[in-house]
Amino acid sequence: MAAAEALGAARYFTRWYKTSRGGRARTSACCSTPTGTGRDCAGAALSTQGHGFAPLRHGNCQSCCRICVITLAEAHPLLQPGKTITSINYQISPNCSRLQNKVSGKSKRGAQFLTELAPLCRIASSDGEEYTIYSCIRGRLIEVNENILSNPALLQEKPSTEGYIAVVLPKFEESKSVTQGLLTPEEYKEVLLKRQNSSSGS
Amino acid sequence: MKDLKQFLEGNQEEEDRACFDVADPPCKRFRHGHTEEGADDLNQNGVLSQIPLANDGNADVENSDVENSAVEVCNVCLGILQEFCEIDFVKKMCEKVNSSDFQFTSFVFSVSLPPQLSVREHAAWLLVKQEMGKLDLSLAKDDIVQLKEAYKWIIHPQLSEELGVPTDGKSLFEVSVVFAHPETDEECRFLATVCPDCFKPAKNKQSVFTRMAVIKALEKIKEEDFLKHFPCPPSSPKNLCVALEIQCNNGAVFVAGRYNKYSRNLPQTPWIIDGERKLESSVEELISEHLMAEFKADSFNFSSSGREDVDVRTLGNGRPFAIELVNPHRIHFTAEEMKGFQQTINNSSDKIQVRDLQLVTREAIGRMKEGEEEKTKTYSALIWTDKTIQKEHIAFLDDIKELKLDQKTPLRVLHRRPLALRCRIIHTMKSQYIDEHHFRLHLKTQAGTYIKEFVHGDFGRTKPNIGSLLNRTTDILELDVESVDIDWPPALEN
Repeated sequence: MAAAEALGAARYFTRWYKTSRGGRARTSACCSTPTGTGRDCAGAALSTQGHGFAPLRHGNCQSCCRICVITLAEAHPLLQPGKTITSINYQISPNCSRLQNKVSGKSKRGAQFLTELAPLCRIASSDGEEYTIYSCIRGRLIEVNENILSNPALLQEKPSTEGYIAVVLPKFEESKSVTQGLLTPEEYKEVLLKRQNSSSGS
Repeated sequence: MKDLKQFLEGNQEEEDRACFDVADPPCKRFRHGHTEEGADDLNQNGVLSQIPLANDGNADVENSDVENSAVEVCNVCLGILQEFCEIDFVKKMCEKVNSSDFQFTSFVFSVSLPPQLSVREHAAWLLVKQEMGKLDLSLAKDDIVQLKEAYKWIIHPQLSEELGVPTDGKSLFEVSVVFAHPETDEECRFLATVCPDCFKPAKNKQSVFTRMAVIKALEKIKEEDFLKHFPCPPSSPKNLCVALEIQCNNGAVFVAGRYNKYSRNLPQTPWIIDGERKLESSVEELISEHLMAEFKADSFNFSSSGREDVDVRTLGNGRPFAIELVNPHRIHFTAEEMKGFQQTINNSSDKIQVRDLQLVTREAIGRMKEGEEEKTKTYSALIWTDKTIQKEHIAFLDDIKELKLDQKTPLRVLHRRPLALRCRIIHTMKSQYIDEHHFRLHLKTQAGTYIKEFVHGDFGRTKPNIGSLLNRTTDILELDVESVDIDWPPALEN
């Protein structure tokens, strides 16, 4: 599951989680932020999980490593057993396809700007459900993962690394505040527990 | 000019006469064809420091004029060929040079004159041209010796004598003077109305009326237009020019060598965030500090043939580097002394060691940068795998040659580098089995290959990678640079 994935390339990231309330599908995102000791830290990996997203945020010097990787969080429905992905669509509206995102130069000019609620992609599963994956982070969209288009299974096999959804670069001024609305892995576990308890109790 | 006019007209010129002579002593030479005279004039200290006269036997008359006009400021040179040719000023310059404590064996003298002098020179030329025209003689602007040149002719021998070293156009040691004449600064303005396209406002320049722009406009402007806007002969100023600054500057020297890095906690350059130093010291500081002190330089620029991360060691022959020492006050060191510096640096720290420390030319730096892009490097990586491995699982790596990689800009540098796809080649690999979860990999790669990303795959953004080749999750625990395959700087016998 995610355990082995916590090593390898993802080792350099700290995970943050976003859960959303309301709506039929509550998503949690996982965001990874850089941890390592290297001066070059990756960013945060955000994974959205069980209706949660977990962004991974890379780097240990937060003022210089700000890249965030958006991934599905462990509890996301799509990662539960029995789910088969039928399609992944980066065309989120008639005028906007995340695949057309082009960035140039160091400052990543031309990037599509994302707010927390900006949809990244829509994923359909064989049981007829459709899930929208949200950015959860404000920033410039650097790239979306095209590997999962050709190999959707990757999303489920390695959701926290090779199955990532997108890479986002927050504004420099906002790089420290980007994790403010997000939960640490421990906090996230608590939220999940509470949900379980409340749903079993009702 | 005065002499010229007198010669031409046999009269005494009443107005502003002293002035024109000053600008054109060599012009007399041209006109009269008396090269010796001209040379004499220039070589005798003090002669030209007064209003030049001399050839025509009108000396007496002119001398008294000189005395009267000694307090007058020449309306062409604004005092440059007057006061600033005198031995007092030369001595002042030498004082500045000597007190700056530079080591030098020759010098080059550069002077910056206010742009309005070019305007006045132009006016003087037009006037002389007019007079000569009356005699059916032509005078091109090239026939006139420029003020700056004349000034240098006068100053060089005096300065050379006082400093005790010769002038040399190629010298690295520069003595420079900047002159200004605030009183007449507005004089150039009319050129902007006549030739507006010569004066484009540049963001970082204070005034649009730079010397170059003024000269360009003077080349373009028609004689009639010039004479319409500018008095000919020029007006007499009240003040002399002022010497704004006298500066000395030594050209940069370059020290090259190769460094080894034995620490896994040392950045290449100082690591400072928000004014706070995150890691103690740096490769460049450990090498440059002592050199800065010995060469007494103002600052340094450190560059190397590529570089390694904080946590990566550099073993083997080390990585070539070059340090530009800016404005060094001491430049003469023997090979023995350089060896001594090398020893001092090596004794000062066990985190780095240097070898082949030597002085090199600026051109040599190009060889080093060439190495960064073209030459191969070899590495040793300690690799961890999640699933177990046996020897046979990694043996095949040894047989892979010229493996092509597609590497997207690694996430760890993506915040400060453009997003790009790099194709790089792993030339050879050699594996060393350690245990079920570890092995060591030696690789020889193309310059510019990201080794860490080749090992862990960087979220699948480096393809192929060791993880994909072994079908496991892999990570890199340690990385060492074993060699940087470039033959520069020349190895010294240690």
